Amino acid sequence: MIFQPAHKILREIRERNLSPVEVVQATLEWAQKLEGKLRSFLVLDPEGALAKALMLEEKLKKGEEVGPLAGIPVAVKDNICTRRMTTTCGSRILENFLPPYDATVVEKLERAGAIIIGKTNCDEFAMGSSTENSAFFKTANPWDIERVPGGSSGGSATSVASYQVFLALGSDTGGSVRQPASFCGIFGMKPTYGRVSRYGLVAFASSLDQIGTFARNVPDLALLTEVISGHDPRDSTSLPEPVPSYSKELDSPAGTLRIGVPRDLLQEGLTPEVKEAFEDALKIFERAGFAIEEISLPHASYGIPTYYLIAPAEASANLARYDGIRFGLRAKGEENLISLYKKTRGEGFGAEVKRRIMLGTFALSLGYRDAFYVKAQKVRTLISQDFQKAFRKVGLIALPTSPTLPFKLGEKVQDPLSMYMSDLYTIPISLAGLPAISIPIALKNGLPVGMQIVGPALSESLIFKASYLFERESGLSNLKPPIVEELSA
Amino acid sequence: MLKPTIGLEVHVQLKTRSKMFCSCPVEFKAEPNTLVCPVCLGLPGSLPVLNRQAVEYTIAVALALHCEIQPFSQFHRKNYFYPDLPKGYQISQYDLPFSRNGYLIIETEEGEKRIGIQRVHMEEDTAKMIHGESISRTSGYSLIDFNRSGVPLLEIVSRPDISSPQEATLYLMELRSILRTLGVSTANMEEGALRCDVNISLERGTRTEIKNLNSFHSVRKALEYEIKRQEEVLKEKGQVIQETRHYDERAGVTLSMRTKEEAEDYRYFPEPDLVPLKIDPSWIEEVRSRMPELPEDKRKRYKELGLFPQEAATIANNPELANFFDSCLSLGAPGKEVANWLLSEVMKYLNARNLSIIEVPLSPEGLVEFLTVLKEGTISSKIGKMVIEEMLQTGDGTREIIERKGLAQISDPVLIKKWAEEVIKENPDQVSQYRQGKEQLFGFFVGKVMKLSGGKANPEILNRILKELLLRE
Repeated sequence: MIFQPAHKILREIRERNLSPVEVVQATLEWAQKLEGKLRSFLVLDPEGALAKALMLEEKLKKGEEVGPLAGIPVAVKDNICTRRMTTTCGSRILENFLPPYDATVVEKLERAGAIIIGKTNCDEFAMGSSTENSAFFKTANPWDIERVPGGSSGGSATSVASYQVFLALGSDTGGSVRQPASFCGIFGMKPTYGRVSRYGLVAFASSLDQIGTFARNVPDLALLTEVISGHDPRDSTSLPEPVPSYSKELDSPAGTLRIGVPRDLLQEGLTPEVKEAFEDALKIFERAGFAIEEISLPHASYGIPTYYLIAPAEASANLARYDGIRFGLRAKGEENLISLYKKTRGEGFGAEVKRRIMLGTFALSLGYRDAFYVKAQKVRTLISQDFQKAFRKVGLIALPTSPTLPFKLGEKVQDPLSMYMSDLYTIPISLAGLPAISIPIALKNGLPVGMQIVGPALSESLIFKASYLFERESGLSNLKPPIVEELSA
Repeated sequence: MLKPTIGLEVHVQLKTRSKMFCSCPVEFKAEPNTLVCPVCLGLPGSLPVLNRQAVEYTIAVALALHCEIQPFSQFHRKNYFYPDLPKGYQISQYDLPFSRNGYLIIETEEGEKRIGIQRVHMEEDTAKMIHGESISRTSGYSLIDFNRSGVPLLEIVSRPDISSPQEATLYLMELRSILRTLGVSTANMEEGALRCDVNISLERGTRTEIKNLNSFHSVRKALEYEIKRQEEVLKEKGQVIQETRHYDERAGVTLSMRTKEEAEDYRYFPEPDLVPLKIDPSWIEEVRSRMPELPEDKRKRYKELGLFPQEAATIANNPELANFFDSCLSLGAPGKEVANWLLSEVMKYLNARNLSIIEVPLSPEGLVEFLTVLKEGTISSKIGKMVIEEMLQTGDGTREIIERKGLAQISDPVLIKKWAEEVIKENPDQVSQYRQGKEQLFGFFVGKVMKLSGGKANPEILNRILKELLLRE
């Protein structure tokens, strides 16, 4: 049962062939079985999940209205606030932090009847591309447990890829949903900036952060995305436009579409395996009736340096509140205010977080701000304009998600720059605030490869349609990693 | 003496219903930490949402100060660590403030003076800290009350157009009266609703800044001290250092806090959690159309009634007094006479008791009746002073008090003549001296007759009769 797509389970629940309690019990059992090997979760809440399932069952028995995700077990990245479970952001500094409120997306999930079974591991404050920066433990890639699941939403990606849950939420600042989706062989959507409320998402880089979604097939992903999208009066940057029903629109025609490929970006750093898989995927798109066209994004190659000025600058301010005064860790043995700050932050933050706070503080400092932060903002505008120009020619843009296959645990920990390069293809899209999906396009050496489909602002529906066409054409969905096959046998 | 150049930076708490970026109520007397939420506590994941009423109040203030409201302005983060700042940054404005280039007019002894306003911008207040020492001398802790965290503040920066401590006080009084007239702030300095930093230099030399002055008195005293200090430094051929100073109220001196080199770098950058603020011109017009008459216009109107500039300013800058005054005017009373009584006897009474005009039972109708009775000649202005004090105390009507106390003026010439003849008869020496030309003795006779009348003789009639009798040999 747990290997079924969520949209099928939903139908079974609604038709009373399956009960939410059965679904939750089976899922929890499987999740716990895999957890020892994969470690997706920072917190699992079987009691809470079962209690919710029972309540739903009561409602169903009485014939009451239940939401569009009624009874579906989901996971939530641990940088999204939940009243019921601690929210640590993978950091010592928030190790025991229990938020007094639920994020807007959590409220929306619960209203839709989804059952949150746990909080997933991530790079500390979502800073990283391998989930190795979690202060607590590392999460394994279900396709090869010696490899990373990607990051920073690695726990969410692993939990979905290994069938521990049907769906999960992550957050994507520079690729943190798309890259782990790619590494784990699943679908991951980063909607348009502002499409999903950030209220309750612990901020890393506010102008880039966007909550995103994971699923094993496009219909499930479209459904989850439409449930969490929409305007939120508590988030001033959330967009007022109404949300179309992505899942219902999937079957309507996408039209004859041109897909642009920025070939000038497909040179340096792109590994042959990924390049080959990408070219093959383009052929599948052609077969499905799309025209492939070459486009140019001349400033996209400045994406990484631009991102590594803007994101740390914002992070340096966003992380200033972890000072040991009001919540979270407070270091012991402080002598005065300054030493309290220094010890708390010294002990509470990991190396990557400290690196980025320092980078950002420097980029904003008097005498350097114009050369770094202000200049980066200008380049960001140029990158956005590149996309705008390209979308006058083509309807969508295709790019690899990650330039490499999933790498080994520990392989890049000592080399931040090569870790940063993981996000070569995801970052320019984040800087432009555009929606993009990562879809599985191949298995190479037994490891998944993903591809991004990028659209203009608020073109999520079109992106889902194109992805769905590809999914049906390629048959690459609901993939089962070897560990899942083994343990379910 | 070297001419001082002074600029003021004023922070004003707006009395909006809710805070700047969340829906917690703005209230100053609530139990500590009861008016808080994830937003104003800076909890992880919380986001600010701008309060529309705060923007509207800011529009009103900007209009009253003749500022140009910017069609596009932006919030910035001002970064620094302090326990009263929950997010580790203050949401403020930087290079794109809400409004610029205004002025206000103060009424100095030399006439009107225009003080330029550089900018008016919005920001959020910090929490309030109470340090352990003030609770007990030995305790090593501080308490933080987050009720104040996120209360909307305006920062109003003047141009360095102020040239004396006296003018600085006038500027603050004018500003306070504008804010009170608009009803956007209590503007009470002692309660911290209006806080002032000053910048001062002599003859355009190096300036120093004095922070956190919390009363009119402190502003004046700190400036006077600092002018003297800088003069002495310069007299001894020394250099005034650019620095931030603190005013020690008890010692009455300013002390160095930090120099320019030690100044903090606030690393301003645009607040990504808020969208840029675009103000629709129709909104500005709507606010303008609802604005009450401002002190500046009131003053003009009062001067046209024949009031002296200082009189007009005193009334116009006190919204309650101005309301009272205007009510008297609308009852048809002559402005000049109302002002005379309000600014002398009434103010004397109020100031001595630290009361406001709305805290005493005297009504505009009462004062107008009083002026009518006075004009009718029923009482003299001397008796009037007694009557008005009684009215301020009891709220009784003028005629009622005159009757009760038997204070009506005596205008009967026969009676007055009788008293006058008696005085002349009893003081033959003075009479002969007067008749020989010592005219200053006239007052002596007036006093004697008044005394006989119990102070109630009509002075005009008394003068006439006394003169006649004295001239008649």
